[in-house]
Amino acid sequence: MAATQSGVKRFYSILAAVALFGLGVLAYLLLKPDTVSIPANVTIQASDTSGFRGYVKGSPEAPVEITEFADYQCPFCQTFATLQMPTLEERLIKTGRIRWRYRDFPLEQHAFARLAAHSAACADEQGKYWDQHQRIYEGQSEWSGARNAAPIFRNYARAAGLDLDRYDTCMKAGKYAGRIQASYNEGVQLGVNSTPTLLVGDRLYRGRFDSDAIIKLVDSLAPRRQ
Amino acid sequence: MIYRMSAAMLSLLGLFVSAYLYLYKIGRIGSLACGAGGCETVQQSPWSRFAGMEVSLIGVAGYAGLLLVSLIALQPGPSTRRWPGNLLLLLSGLGVAFTVYLTYLELFVIHAICRWCVGSAVIIVAIFIVAWLDFRRHTQGVSHG
Repeated sequence: MAATQSGVKRFYSILAAVALFGLGVLAYLLLKPDTVSIPANVTIQASDTSGFRGYVKGSPEAPVEITEFADYQCPFCQTFATLQMPTLEERLIKTGRIRWRYRDFPLEQHAFARLAAHSAACADEQGKYWDQHQRIYEGQSEWSGARNAAPIFRNYARAAGLDLDRYDTCMKAGKYAGRIQASYNEGVQLGVNSTPTLLVGDRLYRGRFDSDAIIKLVDSLAPRRQ
Repeated sequence: MIYRMSAAMLSLLGLFVSAYLYLYKIGRIGSLACGAGGCETVQQSPWSRFAGMEVSLIGVAGYAGLLLVSLIALQPGPSTRRWPGNLLLLLSGLGVAFTVYLTYLELFVIHAICRWCVGSAVIIVAIFIVAWLDFRRHTQGVSHG
């Protein structure tokens, strides 16, 4: 029995060593910095903005254009994108009454807003911008509190059917950091200081919106044809 | 004794594998090591949840339970009793049954194999085998209450 006792003691030592090693590995994985980050305040090149004025949906002939300045990590933008936009899409965009332009306005306090915007921009390269855009907003509660949102965005990209090699290359290169910064700067110049902010004509509308208010606004600007 | 020690060590390894998969699932760690896409496909599928819970979290709870029972089974009193071994056999049997179900989903429904899940499957089967050997030793050897 004495030999068994010493054997058990040795076993506990080995078990404790394995436990410490395992905890160390998990701690390292939890604490290591993100491998993908999109820098702010990058120098904007001409190529970042040439021909790009935001992501657009709706008819080019629509009488009214609404530009939304939004941040993927902003809860109000999320509510707007998931609850109000489907109504606007059905009643105003698909009917040709408005054209919707989405501009990135990643706020400094939101750690993943710029990364999210960049993920959507990389999806745009493959013609899946709005798909990725919607997945990012719908999953906001999933990634917003995560330590590293990049793999979650990558999973959305996979679900959207993107070529992941191209997506990864785009993300790692930070290819659209300048475009996002340019969009942000433009918003600042226009007087945007919070999200979501809508630009209709030359007027800014800040705060929470519901689809009814926007439909009324559009009705007043471009009355429905009878 | 050696079987129960093996069960404890294997349970600890299983606990780390499950914890790793769970932390990945909730976005607390980056991409999976050695991930060739299979794990990500499995983890993002609707079958990564069971009865409203993350499967990997069920794994964490299961392996923690097995580790606890194995450690209790090594204590001076329980080490000579049969019940800890019986409990270990029952729990690991449930684990194997759940693993068979998950492996079926991977092979025939999700059509993707996660290497870490295979690792966990090997571990739970190994725990079941040592629990079975421990059970046999106790039933064939000296009968202890």
